[in-house]
Amino acid sequence: MIHESSLTAVLVFLFFAGIVLAISFYLGSRAKSASGYFAAGGGIHWFVNGIAFAGDYLSAASFLGICGMIAFFGYDGFLYSIGYLAGWIVALFIVAEPLKRLGRFTFADALDNKFNSRGIKLAAAISTLVVSCFYLIPQMVGAGALVQPLLGFPHYVGVIGVGLIVTLIVTTAGMVSTTWVQFIKGSLLVMLCAVITVMILWRGVTTKPTDANGQAVHVAKRDVPAAQVTGAPGASVLPEDGAWAGKPYVRVKNADGLVAVWRKDTAALLSETQTLTVRADGSKLVNGLPRGKKAGEADLHPVGYASKLPGGVEKTGPLGPFAFLRTMQDSEVILWNSEKITEAGGGVTTVYYQKPTPGSDFMAPGSSPTFKKVRGEKFTDKLDFLSLMLALFCGTASLPHILIRYYTVKDQISARKSTVVGIAAIGFFYVLTLYLGLGAMTSGTLDVTDSNMSAPLLARSFNELLFAIISAVAFTTVLGTVSGLIMAASGAVAHDLMTNFLKMKLDDFQKVKAAKIAAVCVGLIAICLGIFFAKLNVNFLVGWAFNIAASANLPALVMLLFWKRTTKQGITAAIVVGMVSSLAWILLSAQAFKDVYGLDPARALVPFSQPAIVTIPLGFLVLIVVSLLTPRHEDNPPVAAH
Amino acid sequence: MAGLEFKSPDVREQEDAAVVAHNTRIGLVLFAVYVAFYGGFMALSAFRPAAMSRPFLGGANLAVVYGFALIAAAIVLALLYMRICRKSK
Repeated sequence: MIHESSLTAVLVFLFFAGIVLAISFYLGSRAKSASGYFAAGGGIHWFVNGIAFAGDYLSAASFLGICGMIAFFGYDGFLYSIGYLAGWIVALFIVAEPLKRLGRFTFADALDNKFNSRGIKLAAAISTLVVSCFYLIPQMVGAGALVQPLLGFPHYVGVIGVGLIVTLIVTTAGMVSTTWVQFIKGSLLVMLCAVITVMILWRGVTTKPTDANGQAVHVAKRDVPAAQVTGAPGASVLPEDGAWAGKPYVRVKNADGLVAVWRKDTAALLSETQTLTVRADGSKLVNGLPRGKKAGEADLHPVGYASKLPGGVEKTGPLGPFAFLRTMQDSEVILWNSEKITEAGGGVTTVYYQKPTPGSDFMAPGSSPTFKKVRGEKFTDKLDFLSLMLALFCGTASLPHILIRYYTVKDQISARKSTVVGIAAIGFFYVLTLYLGLGAMTSGTLDVTDSNMSAPLLARSFNELLFAIISAVAFTTVLGTVSGLIMAASGAVAHDLMTNFLKMKLDDFQKVKAAKIAAVCVGLIAICLGIFFAKLNVNFLVGWAFNIAASANLPALVMLLFWKRTTKQGITAAIVVGMVSSLAWILLSAQAFKDVYGLDPARALVPFSQPAIVTIPLGFLVLIVVSLLTPRHEDNPPVAAH
Repeated sequence: MAGLEFKSPDVREQEDAAVVAHNTRIGLVLFAVYVAFYGGFMALSAFRPAAMSRPFLGGANLAVVYGFALIAAAIVLALLYMRICRKSK
């Protein structure tokens, strides 16, 4: 679909960015010392830190990806919400307080607390950098993917813009400004989503949606007798040859020479499809016409509506939170699937076809391509799902950019309280994602080609101002998470690598300067990654980052806390093996074959795509074996980091 | 490095080992409760997907009810933990 850019969205975003930058410059004087720069001097209030957790954690992938997945496939997107939130239980009950007790600026500090081992410092710093980079790519690509439809700039402008603003935020006041960006973004996002959810419930569900201006949305035809389509005056049926042979489509050329594609639901009944053809010369056709908004051109129709509501009504009217879910469960919604057909001339036609789906199907696990195997019979088919749910559960408490937030509060009680605030805010948000996704599914504004646009387009179905605000908040979302990631990476370079591993003699001022230079470098790398990986699907990259973080960091963190026999060699080996094995597994998986290398996924070398179920236990095993084979550490009580 | 901190000295909290041990134990018990609850969700989704799609409570199916319950349980357990830990101080 071609989206109209919104000047209001640009202005609202510039307003938010302006506030954030003004705060950063104002607070810049408080971040001159290392403690001020890396950990905001430990002086952040627990409530602010709790909301900042939400701002740090609820990334563009959480917000846009989950809403999009629910809008397109139903309940399966909500599985991510459940897993992402559950991970906070590990953070609260296992990791938060010891981490605060043992560390000072970075996650490596805590791991290395009683060993003073250069191996641990190096391994933990590298794992921080790897996880942060994996997490940065989807955020930056997401920024670029949003900027084009929302604000009307090309992809690279979004990536460079976000990269520069974030680098400026981080270098002016480090963790102080990062915290406030995340606080503002976290509050805005949760409040805005709550408002939209109320609007969704107030509107209810209808089989005949209208857009914000009251115009009826195009409802694609269904159950049309084949004879009526093929027998129309001047119509002729094109032969089912080439790539179209054996496909369930009928191509009908009308009197004007325009070709429409219909899908055969049965031998006698056809349903309307939408087609997008990219010809060999790069030009695009939509439903047979040049793609565009002018006369003689066509654009894909927005989609998303219920086809049957309980009791056969056309409109439900306002619904309560439970009545809304019950209504969706008992309704039938038109979802859209797609199929790519490579034409003889080199062009590729994507056919988007209707798939009427009952609520009993899309409101349960296994409705999306990602998780459909969960409904299969074979045990191995279910491992991918189980492994991802395990990675989400274990990954949160292993993400460096989340862990460093624990050093910004003054003590363990504040760490605990801020986690509880974080869990409440994030949990509330994830409950809302189900309403936002299902609301978008029936909003009549979805873009069949781009699920990431579902949440902004849902807002557009209400009014333009809401669309402008949600677009601007989506960008602010990217700012909050990216600044946390760049902070984590710059801390790993300046504190763990330069000061602790290489033993460079840096005074406080030099250390902050080194961290700022590192932040600029990481910012530039992030911009390059965002432009280089522009075409990559952003959703699974976040899942991969969780897999790597959980495999590399969690075994070391947990065993350090609960097994006295753990040695420094055991920790170093567990981090290295966990990181390398999960990374290698991912690069050899069917998903990487398909989406990264463009190869046949059947040739993948590992049996399923999500490694956590294998590589997390492997990390624990390696730690135990290596620890038992190496001499026991002199039992020193934990002391302050060095 | 502590000597170089001219702006904000690295003040460590003084903690009572018994309190830390008590809090850790409570944390582990609550963690085990949640793991069992989350594990049940994973197992049902993976091995009894049909049961998840049946109406369960007030017309909403088990998948939705269980999902919401997992989110609510996280918040409830977190509040409970905060309350019990505070008593031990």
